[in-house]
Amino acid sequence: MEQVIANGLYLGAQYALIALGLTLIFALMNVLNFAHGQMYVLGGFVTYEVYGLMKLPFVVALLASAVTLAVLGAFVERFLFRTVIRRSEREESTMLLAAGVAYFLDAAILILFGEKQRGVPKIVNGVFSWDNLILPWDRIVVAGLAILFIVAFILMMQFTKPGRAMRALAQDRVAAQLMGVPVQFYGLVGFALGAMLAGLVGGLLVTITGVNSGIGGPISIKAFMMVMIGGAGVVGGAIAGGFILGMLESVGLTVLHAYGDITYLVIFVALMIFLAVRPNGLMGKPWG
Amino acid sequence: MTASERGMRVAAVAAFLVLVYVAAPWMIAATGRTDLYYTLSSVALLAIASGGVWLTFYIGRINIGQGAYALVGGYVSAILVATYGLSFWLSLPLAGLFCAGASVLVGLPILRLRGVYFAMVTLVLTEVARLAALALPITGGAKGITSIPSPGRIGLFGITIVPAFDSFADKNVAFYFLSVTMMVICFAGLWRLVNSRVGRLFAALRQNEDLASSMGLNVPLLRVLAYAISSFLGGVGGAIFVAIAQSIYPSSFTVNDSVNFMLNCFLGGLGYVFGPMLGTLVLYFGWDLLFQTGEYQLLIYSGVMILLMLLLPNGLLSVRLPSRRAS
Repeated sequence: MEQVIANGLYLGAQYALIALGLTLIFALMNVLNFAHGQMYVLGGFVTYEVYGLMKLPFVVALLASAVTLAVLGAFVERFLFRTVIRRSEREESTMLLAAGVAYFLDAAILILFGEKQRGVPKIVNGVFSWDNLILPWDRIVVAGLAILFIVAFILMMQFTKPGRAMRALAQDRVAAQLMGVPVQFYGLVGFALGAMLAGLVGGLLVTITGVNSGIGGPISIKAFMMVMIGGAGVVGGAIAGGFILGMLESVGLTVLHAYGDITYLVIFVALMIFLAVRPNGLMGKPWG
Repeated sequence: MTASERGMRVAAVAAFLVLVYVAAPWMIAATGRTDLYYTLSSVALLAIASGGVWLTFYIGRINIGQGAYALVGGYVSAILVATYGLSFWLSLPLAGLFCAGASVLVGLPILRLRGVYFAMVTLVLTEVARLAALALPITGGAKGITSIPSPGRIGLFGITIVPAFDSFADKNVAFYFLSVTMMVICFAGLWRLVNSRVGRLFAALRQNEDLASSMGLNVPLLRVLAYAISSFLGGVGGAIFVAIAQSIYPSSFTVNDSVNFMLNCFLGGLGYVFGPMLGTLVLYFGWDLLFQTGEYQLLIYSGVMILLMLLLPNGLLSVRLPSRRAS
């Protein structure tokens, strides 16, 4: 059981980081970023290139993933989403654009990096064992880094000027604008930050599970589930949703193992029942 | 409606029927491109499923879960025909009804969600259908169900109404007429529905659910009804698709298909009942034409999609809805 909980926490830390990026973009721009999973995959491949092939230190690789994705996110916001939001009359059009971007990244990643599963050497060797708990050290390091990033993100949102501006923007765009917050600039920053978080998780997880070009869509779907559990557009909700899904997955894989591969089926049914009771998730605001 | 408008409409429908039943087969025969029978059947079936998605758009919900119902419908038909030896013709309505029933169960909780929430849940639903198909014992797991028998003969008092599909020299011809006929029936039904009293109520839901509710409409019932009809169409489309392919796998309909059903509706125009038909035709053939570009197919396709969104976000999307135009 200790093993299951430890695995759940490790998964949850990664998932929370993915969900944070998605929820941030949603809160600031009202855009459901379908391409989030693809951004994660791209982050994984950048780390694979820099750390796995060019043999540079892992920190440099993570940094490269973060910067690449931040630039991509900023670009996508500035030249695609901003234009479409300005020109279109319906909210749904950003979803279409996001779906287009997701397909585009999928295709680009496939062409650039091929369809093979890619892995990198372990960042730390050895196994941590205590009582009947056995965890490879690299998982602990990765989980620790993920939690560190989450804490840094929360501190930034709480106590720095850009963080406050983004929170104001998420609460009420017009009011924030009237208070002199440059909303367009912070929309750009938020999008870049959200994409960067996806890239960071990709870079972290490539050291453990590896990466291949086909997993973007499934990752997006998991991210949507986390955001639905926690409530869209709420930082606390994304973190809670991430940890809850990680824990459910870990427990489910162990408990339901005897019945075959039905963990996700059970999780989804549970999610439906949960949403019937709380349509806005744990912490979400009423929507629509 | 004036007499001349009515005349125009009858003429348009007649022209369409002549096109799909006479002109298209004649042109295929003239050019020898018999592979087009299969392509056009696919377009017709995908259009039926997209028509269902269109109906959920009509009540103001973004539905990215039609792939789930197409898959479920396909499996129900495949299991009934291959495992229980039921006639395909009986399995077709049963598949649709099963999907409608399932969608009532699923829809009751999730239709309370709106906007992006509903879209997210339906997207997850597609993935869940795939996982269920992999996990349940009756579906045969990843191996799927193969060598499903072709539709048999329908006869009444010894007179053959529809001959067994195996008796055709080219089964795809039979499937073409079956698919096109189903498409005509489904879209005629959709058109009738949208222009009925219930259709007006659906339009009222789209504009403002709270207001509709305060006018005394049973909003939960109406939206479940629309969702059930939508899923019925998805199930029927999926079932015929499986009959053509004679096989079904958990990956027969995936998230990409669900997204494509939604795109078909957008491209054809949300304002017109027959929009999904046009959208499916254009997208399917666009995708097929790009096949020659090999590995760049998806890149170009999605690039064009992004460009279209940038240049014509309203040209594609904010097509006026018929009820507004009529008023």
